[in-house]
Amino acid sequence: MADQLAQWWRPYRELIGSRVRSQTAYRRSFALDVLGSAAVGVVEFAEVYIIFSNVDALGGLDFAGVALIFALANLAFSLADLVVGHLDELPRYLRTGTLDAFLLRPLPVLAQLVTSDISLRRLGRTAVSMIILAIALPLNDIDWTAGRIVLVGVAPIAGAAIFAALFVCAGAVLFWLIEGAQFSHAFTYGGNYAATFPASIFAMPMRVFFTFVIPSAFVAYLPTLVLLDLPGPPGLPQWLGWCTPLAAVGIWAIALLSWRAGVRHYTGAGS
Amino acid sequence: MIISVQDLRREFVVRSPIGRLKRERRVVNAVDGLSFTIERGAAVGYIGANGAGKSTTIKMLTGILVPTAGTVRTCGLEPVADRKSLARRIGVVFGQRSQLWWDLPLAQSYRALAAIHRLRESEWTARRDELVDRLDLGSFLDTPVRQLSLGQRIRGELAAALLHSPELLILDEPTIGLDVLSKERLRVFLGEQRSSHGTTLLLTTHDMDDVQRLCERIIVVDKGRMAYDGTLPGLVERVGAQRVMTLDLHQPSEPLAGIPGTHVVDVEPDGLRQRLAFSPTETTAASVLAAVSTRTDVRDLAIDEPDIEDVVRRLYLSATPN
Repeated sequence: MADQLAQWWRPYRELIGSRVRSQTAYRRSFALDVLGSAAVGVVEFAEVYIIFSNVDALGGLDFAGVALIFALANLAFSLADLVVGHLDELPRYLRTGTLDAFLLRPLPVLAQLVTSDISLRRLGRTAVSMIILAIALPLNDIDWTAGRIVLVGVAPIAGAAIFAALFVCAGAVLFWLIEGAQFSHAFTYGGNYAATFPASIFAMPMRVFFTFVIPSAFVAYLPTLVLLDLPGPPGLPQWLGWCTPLAAVGIWAIALLSWRAGVRHYTGAGS
Repeated sequence: MIISVQDLRREFVVRSPIGRLKRERRVVNAVDGLSFTIERGAAVGYIGANGAGKSTTIKMLTGILVPTAGTVRTCGLEPVADRKSLARRIGVVFGQRSQLWWDLPLAQSYRALAAIHRLRESEWTARRDELVDRLDLGSFLDTPVRQLSLGQRIRGELAAALLHSPELLILDEPTIGLDVLSKERLRVFLGEQRSSHGTTLLLTTHDMDDVQRLCERIIVVDKGRMAYDGTLPGLVERVGAQRVMTLDLHQPSEPLAGIPGTHVVDVEPDGLRQRLAFSPTETTAASVLAAVSTRTDVRDLAIDEPDIEDVVRRLYLSATPN
């Protein structure tokens, strides 16, 4: 069983390994890239900090609560960005014929695309989010039950899966809209921006949109409601906070179907 | 039968803007009813002008593109539906597009490809050593691909496509841009692979020498339709393509008119260099030379073979009604 798994994993291990080696070959430039990515995380957090130097509460949450949302959302986003953030470069893969090369190898196209450019520099942002999370958790008054401990571990992973699925959906759209990278960013980076703030600050239609259409509220806001034992705003009951993994499964199903349709469009099998 | 194509069609919808907002929608038949089969172990040249449908056919044979109509079987498989199984059994080289990782040295690329094809360690290292030896890759195996010369890169690509010992090797303009020596080495290597491993070769090319040296059969396509399927001498005969003998003479001479089976193409003003065209079916280079020698002293000569563009152009012209 373990042997079979190792065999299955072997091509991916080799591909990811080769990416890691090529990215870390120039140590100083890699270190600068990591620092740059960390700086992005710090600047984004500064925005939250500035807002709270003017107001005491945002969407029913204090600074510690919003910092927790920010940390969970950014951790999830930076992990997704690390693994699949380059999917918006699909048009370049199409132009240079790299996608044809993928089609000539006995592996799924999406798996090859994902492993073709893992961006380790984005770990800088992951590190910043983890530090903010480590500070924000004790700042909040959390009643630590077993369920909540599991939730803190699961939420960033399921959240990363949600963002990754959004990247895949946005990438799939690019099979049709060759120049549509900006359009697809609206969903990925836009989804990230929406996830770093409490969904309760949005008007009702936006709140529904960022929960049930683009499920970014599931990444951080809803789990935070559970952790802090807060009632949700109208339309978003607290128990939804437990459903982040379900939201991830749901959006992944859509992502894989869209991707399949995209590849079929490229090979001319679909419409 | 390693390739079997039956009434194959592929349409593309081309949208071109007319005016500011309107777009014209036009259907182009890139491949329009092709049928042919290729025997296992054969070497076939697939020839045609740019836009004749060569690349489209190759994409349908390899599973990159779905046919609009008709059937394709490559290695007995349906290319798009069985894409992954087919990928294990064929190798493809695009002369103008790299399938290697530009930032990796060849040695690491081969390791990654072996993992992708799930080849056993002992199996692929032996094959790699053979390819490194035959293609003479040893001196640049650890250089990142982006730093290789074109000739080195193509050899690297070829080894990459052959690492998993495919039954069928498809080459799309493999010798384009290479110097004469590199082209020759590549041809020798391909011939060897074919005789030692029984690899079937299908190549598209603009280079007549590629076809002459490697292929016993050629297929010519024109506007997505079959224009010729047979041997190269057969094609040359059919279009009446001519060889041209360039003669450098010792003394200025009168134009060499009237040599049986030839006509004078041009005479340089001093009469020292003259060109005669002749059809290989009517006379031979030796008898032309013998006839010329009775009239004047020949210092040097060169023979130009009909070039593929010319042959194909003639074929296209003869195929067009009126």
